[in-house]
Amino acid sequence: MTVSAILFLLVLLAAFSYFMGRQKIHAVYQQQRQNVDTNVRSKAKFTLPKYFGYVAALWSLVPALLVLLVIEIIDEPIITTQLTDYMVQSNLNVGNNFDLYLNEIQNLDANNLADVEHAKIKVFEKLNHLNKIASTAKSVIVLALAILMTIFGLKKITVGIPARQYFEKAIEIILLLAASIAVLTTVGIVLSVLFESIRFFGEIPVVDFMFGTQWSPQTAIRADQVGSSAAFGAVPLFIGTMLISFVALTVAVPLGLMSAIFLSEYASSGFRAFAKPVLEILAGIPTVVYGFFAALTVAPFIRELGQSIGLSVASESALAAGLVMGIMIIPFVSSLADDVISAVPQAMREGSLGLGATKSETIVKVLIPAALPGIVGGVLLAASRAIGETMIVVMAAGLAANLTVNPLNAVTTVTVQIVTLLTGDQEFDSAKTLAAFALGLMLFLTTLVLNIIALHVVRKYREQYD
Amino acid sequence: MNNNTDQKTLDSMHAEHGKTVGQPFCQDAKFSTRNVDVFYADNQAIYDVSLDMGKNEVIALIGPSGCGKSTYLRCLNRMNDTIDICKVTGQLLLDGQDIYAKDQDPVLLRARVGMVFQKPNPFPKSIYDNVAYGPRIHGLTSNKAELDDLVEESLIKAGLFKEVKDRLESPGTGLSGGQQQRLCIARTIAVQPEVILMDEPASALDPIATAIIEELISELRKNYTIVIVTHSMQQAARVSQRTAYFHLGKLIEVGETNQIFTNPAHDLTEKYITGRFG
Repeated sequence: MTVSAILFLLVLLAAFSYFMGRQKIHAVYQQQRQNVDTNVRSKAKFTLPKYFGYVAALWSLVPALLVLLVIEIIDEPIITTQLTDYMVQSNLNVGNNFDLYLNEIQNLDANNLADVEHAKIKVFEKLNHLNKIASTAKSVIVLALAILMTIFGLKKITVGIPARQYFEKAIEIILLLAASIAVLTTVGIVLSVLFESIRFFGEIPVVDFMFGTQWSPQTAIRADQVGSSAAFGAVPLFIGTMLISFVALTVAVPLGLMSAIFLSEYASSGFRAFAKPVLEILAGIPTVVYGFFAALTVAPFIRELGQSIGLSVASESALAAGLVMGIMIIPFVSSLADDVISAVPQAMREGSLGLGATKSETIVKVLIPAALPGIVGGVLLAASRAIGETMIVVMAAGLAANLTVNPLNAVTTVTVQIVTLLTGDQEFDSAKTLAAFALGLMLFLTTLVLNIIALHVVRKYREQYD
Repeated sequence: MNNNTDQKTLDSMHAEHGKTVGQPFCQDAKFSTRNVDVFYADNQAIYDVSLDMGKNEVIALIGPSGCGKSTYLRCLNRMNDTIDICKVTGQLLLDGQDIYAKDQDPVLLRARVGMVFQKPNPFPKSIYDNVAYGPRIHGLTSNKAELDDLVEESLIKAGLFKEVKDRLESPGTGLSGGQQQRLCIARTIAVQPEVILMDEPASALDPIATAIIEELISELRKNYTIVIVTHSMQQAARVSQRTAYFHLGKLIEVGETNQIFTNPAHDLTEKYITGRFG
């Protein structure tokens, strides 16, 4: 029986327990109600029967699920051990690479055994046999346990048990599990990136990576190959990232801030109701769409514009990618700025207006200073979004790792290089692919620091009016 | 309200007396308002209020919650302009000039008619910058020394200077509630207004801070016309020369404060000041 079939049966069983449990308590209540007089009845507080049903369902579901999980984890090693024993007993010649042999056997196709040597087929059959036993055992153990627990649970629930508290506890544990999955995944990603980076730094010194100005990750396959001396200086990538992010923020911060001020202070409520969602749609456009907008529309336009005034502009310029990225992150700035400006108490506005200040004086002298920490927080969040943005720069910024701060040139970014390093069939033990992890780690650290600063600033702001 | 009968008598009394009792008008008025109606969208908040405010007098506006006294107060410096759905009709004259005239700049009006709010609302800036805010935007001083003097003078007038003179650069939000309110008064004085509107200026303060504010109001009366909305009848009795009683958007009675609190002419006023409703 497959795991999904077992799960399906377990759910059915749990549903059965629920209804039986609920029914059982319901019947008891009916009995009790008939025996007490009306006066007492109206005062008695009952735990609803459904809570007893939930407890019964948990009894039949949770132990069985836990056992199933344990079996799923341990059955593979057990089968392998058994298979190894079998191969040792039958004196098979497996050569020196035992793991490879095992792998080969596991990948055999049952319908296509014609060309396979006899010994392997025997091991393969043994493997299938073991698998079958494991599967049957699993189904029997889990389902038997579930049925036992169902009977036990239905017996166990009586009117006396604190079913509501049990249920609350169960809810708490489920929520805790959900929260820990998110946290553990983050920790896992960080650790895997960290370990691969350590491997990379074993081959390439940290100093070369952090301060080198030459980036050409193509490693020589043959010693006599031309133009493939690998160099892993990440400075051009970080300068490129900074350049594009800077252009993006130059676009997004003024536009976002001004539209936020307009929306929160000047716009009529009708216009606001229309414009705010539209602005937020900008954040919902897939970045790949922005990407081809940048590559096909904005970049050629800037190039022609540059040519018409006698500037040479690369067809994939940092300016084009930065401009489009700036448009993309406008909602991050404007939405957050709008929130914090609206959050400045009305008393501040009235205080300023009451002194004879105009609306714009009030905004510049009172609202923006009061909201500044929140605005800075929004800008930093937008910045970390810009630094981590990938698709637009892949399509519009180019691949050449030029060390330049001229936005009319083509530059490349950290994210673009990670994509190019890891796209296609790659072996994961060369410096070239490992470099992607080191870049990822640096990128992660950069955005992490920005986010921490942003959160800190935003939190500080919150305390101001409480 | 005590019971249904009381409610009925109140309503009938209300129907009988459309006109304000007492002396709503005075010689030499600073503010002179006639037939003022205020609407929030379709709801009328103020009905036909006519009232004068004399020079150098403190006039207290009292009445139960929701009676429109704050709304009326906010008409006097056009603070209601900030509320889109609010509409004011009638005649409101400051020194004989219509403050709702088309060519009247509400910003300039608010520089002449200052306002102190219920909850102290210092800006999240230094004490100095709070007071210097108004003079800076109106260009009242031409150099730093003059501005320093004006700030100091305003703080002295507001009775706050002694307490804060050593920490003018520390944030105004760090002061106690009473000090914050005096800072707001100093901020208002610094613009050198002619009239100061106060919307329950002491309702968020403890009794000691309240006493200080009340003393300050009596002091300020020498130079300014003060209109104060208050929920505390004792406060009205202590600080004001005239008192106006509002009820359900109507101005019921106006008179000398002494007379209002000792011998009110209108039944509603009497019921309110003797604490039978409100």
